[in-house]
Amino acid sequence: MKTRLSLRINGEERDVLADTHKTLLEVLREDLHLTGTKHGCELGECGTCTVLVGGTPVLSCLALPIECQGVEIKTVEGMARGHELHPLQQAFVELGAAQCGYCTPGILLTAEALLEELPMPTRDEIRHALAGNLCRCTGYTKILDAVELAALRMRQGEMPPPASRAEAEGARP
Amino acid sequence: MKKDAFSIVGQSLPKIDAWAKVVGDTKFADDLLMSRMAHGKLLRSPHPHALIKRIDATRARALPGVYAVITGQDLPRVKFGILPVSQDEEALCVDKVRMVGDPVAAVAAVDDETAERATHLIDVEYEPLRPLMSIEDSLAHPEVRIHEYGDRPNVHKVVALQFGDVDSAFARADLVREDVFFFEGNTHLPMEQHSAVAQWGPDGKLTLWSSTQTPHYVHRLLSKILDVPPAHIRVVAAPVGGGFGGKLDPFAHEIAACRLSQVCGRPVKITLTREEVFYVHRGRHPVLMWIKTGFTRDGAITGMHFRSWLDGGAYGSYGVASTFYTGALQTVTYKIPVYKFEGARVFTNKPPCGPKRGHGTPQPRFAMECQIDKAAEQLGLDPADMRRRNLAEPYVRTANHLTVTTIGLGECIDRVVEASGWRQKRGSLPPGKGIGIACSAYLTGAGTAIYWNDMPHSGVVVRADRSGLVAVLSGATDIGQGSDSVLAYLVAEVLGIEPKDIRVHPADTDLTPVDLGSYSSRVTLMAGNAAIQAAERLRARLFEAVARKLETTPDRLTAAERRVFVADDPERGVDFAQAVVLAESMFGVLAFPGSYAPPKRAGKYKGGGVGPSPCYSYSACVVEVDVDRETGKVTPTEVWIAHDVGRAINPLLVEGQVEGSVYMGLGEVLMEEQVFRDGMHKIPSLLEYKSPTTLETPEIHTILVEGADPEGPFGAKEAGQGPLLPVIPAVANAVHDAVGVRIDETPITPEKVVKALESLRQGKSGRLGPERVPVFAFPEPRVVESAFGLPAEGIAARPFSS
Repeated sequence: MKTRLSLRINGEERDVLADTHKTLLEVLREDLHLTGTKHGCELGECGTCTVLVGGTPVLSCLALPIECQGVEIKTVEGMARGHELHPLQQAFVELGAAQCGYCTPGILLTAEALLEELPMPTRDEIRHALAGNLCRCTGYTKILDAVELAALRMRQGEMPPPASRAEAEGARP
Repeated sequence: MKKDAFSIVGQSLPKIDAWAKVVGDTKFADDLLMSRMAHGKLLRSPHPHALIKRIDATRARALPGVYAVITGQDLPRVKFGILPVSQDEEALCVDKVRMVGDPVAAVAAVDDETAERATHLIDVEYEPLRPLMSIEDSLAHPEVRIHEYGDRPNVHKVVALQFGDVDSAFARADLVREDVFFFEGNTHLPMEQHSAVAQWGPDGKLTLWSSTQTPHYVHRLLSKILDVPPAHIRVVAAPVGGGFGGKLDPFAHEIAACRLSQVCGRPVKITLTREEVFYVHRGRHPVLMWIKTGFTRDGAITGMHFRSWLDGGAYGSYGVASTFYTGALQTVTYKIPVYKFEGARVFTNKPPCGPKRGHGTPQPRFAMECQIDKAAEQLGLDPADMRRRNLAEPYVRTANHLTVTTIGLGECIDRVVEASGWRQKRGSLPPGKGIGIACSAYLTGAGTAIYWNDMPHSGVVVRADRSGLVAVLSGATDIGQGSDSVLAYLVAEVLGIEPKDIRVHPADTDLTPVDLGSYSSRVTLMAGNAAIQAAERLRARLFEAVARKLETTPDRLTAAERRVFVADDPERGVDFAQAVVLAESMFGVLAFPGSYAPPKRAGKYKGGGVGPSPCYSYSACVVEVDVDRETGKVTPTEVWIAHDVGRAINPLLVEGQVEGSVYMGLGEVLMEEQVFRDGMHKIPSLLEYKSPTTLETPEIHTILVEGADPEGPFGAKEAGQGPLLPVIPAVANAVHDAVGVRIDETPITPEKVVKALESLRQGKSGRLGPERVPVFAFPEPRVVESAFGLPAEGIAARPFSS
């Protein structure tokens, strides 16, 4: 059985006819081909599939898309404006906070929600906000550093300085 | 051309794929979508040990939406395994299953749900056999055979090696300690579940995209397993979402996807569930260890005798190498003049163990470094000083014939002692708080290939396009460690261009020269040296052409800032792209190979091939812990780690590897366990299998120690595995310092600490750990003369340098 869904994703209206039993994760990846959202367990345990629904981090593997209608859904594909990276993305690039990059989308979105709510988080507050997102590569250190850097830049309202060579040379490759 | 100052090397640049990763563009294997693609699913055994009497897939085949169902009968009856000596696996078991999770059939269907439903409609009749779930069990029941091969019934491999006379070394010692330790098994837990997409075309050619760390070995084995010429198979490694050694074997889902694709004429994807990933495993071996070491009064080691018993699980995997590795690297950190090693790997009806970060060496490192701590206490020596005084010598051979080049361990110890405030803290922390130290060493690439051959271990092609773009084709696999980026930095450094001017095309067996894979910390050194060689060959051609144009000689030219110019007259020069045009006009297409094979320095004895490496990295770690006497909970509060990396090609990436290693070591020592009940994994989920979150991971202070090694690319050594090793014993030693208990087995759980504290209160030893070792007679050892202190030979010998 299929259900017709009207979803608002990354600022775009998307109508989709999807199997009724599918989770938001499955609809995003399989029906809308937004594969930036990853999965680590599909049981709500690892945080990898986190997206923002109405600005709140939600585990898309446990969310039903029908309940997300009429609310803005944001995936990692919606974080940058064109080629202008979100300060979190920029900081993750510069500080090496993405190693394999598989947990990165979920962590970026969780951090974005944190900074919306708490523009000046302490390191401990960042730790608590990200405690539901597992990362096996980084030991979290560079992730915490990057969230701190992004928070600082967003507070100061400044464009990130061209800290990297690639950045200094313009658009991302 | 010699450069003293680098322009790219040593800088903390972003990875070349960092942008794709933060915007969600990186396509992992499960992100690949193809038209008409079918979804596959494996049916796995619910029994730990059983004969297969009958498989009937009639009902599954009849389910609407099912495209194909295959069993072992649909594959050639050939066993395979990653090591030539252990060909004991079947993609789909035919006669017998040896563990819960062994695959017996596979389905391709219109979607995941239909494939899953179809697996439940496959009727399999099993005749259960007695499961053997522990080393003791398997040794006690030789009449129940898990495999028909092995050195003894249910014993996969037995090793006994002796280098010099250990008995007289013990007789000379002032203190001889015998200790027993147990290291529990644990798993890699990459965030990405394994996934593979296979497409078998109507032309009879097969392509497999897979989350694999070893596309070359998968390529070779697919040919054998599917009985297809390797020239008709293409394996592409997708970006890997975390490996840690868990994606190094050829897997059933890869093979099944290929055959299913052939049968149903569609691309087929199989992505494992998280639970399946726990059963696929190939992770850390549980190892029981007995270690006897002689010490002089001042803490020098007179000799060591080490025994290990590995619980291998149901298949060989890398187990023979793992067994040797439990005895290989003890000798490269401190002077050990004579050494004896005996090891045995035993089959059990559990998921097979294999290589996890540090492959076979974290377990003995835990045992050895804890024993040294105990000896230091007995001898009244400071544990840091004792280690510092007995460091191995650089540029000599060890007792077991390993050639060591640079050793930065002394500086590592000094730096962590200084940074942690060791001297002020040791012995004077408040009750319940403690501080511990440990050291380690690790390979920078295995010195021998998995299959014997004289070809390069790493190949790279560097091609310059007349646009000025440089393409780097390399068989190496980026598993998040940043190997693609490292190749770009090295090539950019040699050619005087920017990483952005380079595109790296990795790990495609049709297009890229062979690289053996992302294991044994080999990629930066081996693929890196090959990339430098290829880039230097290109640069030589560019210089020849530019020299002719500028009416000068190539030796007066240099390449920097995207130009080729006269070194002492920088105005005279051309842009890099122009240099390419000049050279292409003169020589034709510009594409140059680079090849690397490690120096042939394996000890001349059976087993001498495991342990040699071009060079070894060194690490020292200090951990401070807080132990709750009531609950037994151990909280690591701060970690200081110094790592001798030779040269940091990109310090940011090296720090990332060190921090990730520390984190993973903390998980292993405090919480992670791959444990079973009734043949089933007890905790096959990310919730129940405890791993550290941001809240359990303390601040990590990373110190990079550099001293260029002649073997490494611009002097670099490994960073991805070694720094995990000292963390585990450093925590155990810190727990002892904090509350006086010795927990001689991992993980150090609250329950164990409470038990040990209770034993201490009762006036007993306060030790918790294994009390005995299996009754097991090792064979007479192969006696080889100790090579201790002999000069190193063949430094920086490069077989393909001319």
